[in-house]
Amino acid sequence: MLALATLFPNVDWEDMWEATLETLYMTGISVTATFLLGLILGLLLFLTERGNLWQNKPVQLIIAGFVNIFRSIPFIILIILLVPFTTLLVGTMLGANAALPALIIGAAPFYARMVEIALREIDKGVIEAAKSMGATDIQIIYKVLLPESLPALISGITVTAIALISYIAMAGVVGAGGLGTLAYLDGFQRYQNDVTFVSTVIILIIVFIIQWIGDFFTQKTDKR
Amino acid sequence: MITLKNVKKVFHTKDGVVNAVDGVNLTINKGEIFGVIGYSGAGKSTLIRMLNMLEKPTDGSVDINGESLTSFNNKQLRIARQNIGMIFQHFNLLWSRTVRENISFPLEISGINKKERIKRVDELIDLVGLSGRGDSYPSQLSGGQKQRVGIARSLANNPDVLLCDEATSALDPKTTDSILNLLVDINKKLGLTIVLITHEMHVIRKICNRVAVMEEGRVVEEGPVLEVFRTPKRTITQDFVKQVTEPEETEETIQHLIQKEGHSQIVKLTFVGGTAERPLISDLIRKFEVYVNILQGKISQTRDGAYGTLFIQIDGQPETVKEAIYHIQQQEVEVEVITNVGIGNTVS
Repeated sequence: MLALATLFPNVDWEDMWEATLETLYMTGISVTATFLLGLILGLLLFLTERGNLWQNKPVQLIIAGFVNIFRSIPFIILIILLVPFTTLLVGTMLGANAALPALIIGAAPFYARMVEIALREIDKGVIEAAKSMGATDIQIIYKVLLPESLPALISGITVTAIALISYIAMAGVVGAGGLGTLAYLDGFQRYQNDVTFVSTVIILIIVFIIQWIGDFFTQKTDKR
Repeated sequence: MITLKNVKKVFHTKDGVVNAVDGVNLTINKGEIFGVIGYSGAGKSTLIRMLNMLEKPTDGSVDINGESLTSFNNKQLRIARQNIGMIFQHFNLLWSRTVRENISFPLEISGINKKERIKRVDELIDLVGLSGRGDSYPSQLSGGQKQRVGIARSLANNPDVLLCDEATSALDPKTTDSILNLLVDINKKLGLTIVLITHEMHVIRKICNRVAVMEEGRVVEEGPVLEVFRTPKRTITQDFVKQVTEPEETEETIQHLIQKEGHSQIVKLTFVGGTAERPLISDLIRKFEVYVNILQGKISQTRDGAYGTLFIQIDGQPETVKEAIYHIQQQEVEVEVITNVGIGNTVS
């Protein structure tokens, strides 16, 4: 402990721990919500495509438009644009919860495209086979589409989760809390480079762990 | 059992209108193996997909077991499809499921409970000869084994009809034969009606009772396999029949002999059924003053009897040769005197 104190004199480990928990909290909620929302959007994108189960050009165009717009807006601008929406929804524009709407709206379209790509990789013949057995559309979705694209869905959410961690750090600069806020306010603005350094190392560790878990499950589910 | 009436399928593509299937009428009897042969693009793939409404006909009606599939709504169709099995050229198994889970898939769809599913899957694994491979994933199986899983899966809900979409086209000849044998086996055991499409006459010859030949969306010839083999009317049918009866180099060999001078005649004999098994040649040599030179011959076994062709060269006095040929004709053997390859003059 003494060694750490001399090496990083300005780091308040209790604050650091709290910031880490805040970052993990935001990561957990935003990744889960992004996964669900992205999955639904991605499925809709795929299913409404020409030649697929729910072929529907207007719906396809609306979803694709939504996805493309929100995927293209730089995250830091998206946060500012969404301030009125966030204030309405959460009641404040500061703190971890206030960061969540922007995080999810920024990341879900990104993941939706990955879901769509993953679903397109599925052999059309397998879907045809399921139809020939009399499967309903819902059965095709949860018995064929999702299991057959699972490895790609997992590796997609891994990439998205890592992108989200960098979004969360960015959100920290505008007051979301977590390691980003700590690194910016205590580290950068007060010239305490050791705080910035330790925050970075912790973020890296989180990223590595997520990558490792993602790779593990991608491999485990891939029976091809 | 299965009746198609004036079935049409029109596709509207960027390059215009395509009549994939153009007014097909067919009746397929219960318990028979019915083959549809044609080159790619003939419309056979679309045709077989209209038997379970994976493609909806633009016009005409499809009846199976007295039920008009063309008038069914989606829900009725899904239930009807549980009664129509289908296997595919590329097997279309779910790679994320084991053999056992793949076979279980249609049972899950039809709402069978878990205990019964396990029992039924075990029966099916035995039926298709995959005992011990139940827990393998498709990626660990050979092509033939994958198709066996496909067959087991298609039979899970005890269907009346099995549709085979080029089921052996992705397999090597030996594996093709083992899958064809399996199909004949289940056809006999379960009394299943099988409809298959293929571009290989070998498949038709080996297992079909009746065959329809498709060209440009139409059925141009139809009948019992042996009869179509004996008297193919259309050029396309003759080409298909040649696939199994004449080795490719036959034409060249015969062309070469025809060009030689001499009194000899080259004759193509076609045997059907019992006549294929009689010692015609020795009979010929004993009775007439002729020399017989066997050029090429082949006997193929169809489900309803043997079918063979034999190319011989008969040499001798012109008069005697003529008598000899006349004699062969009396033996219920079809005789074709070949003067030019491709244009055979049948002696009558």
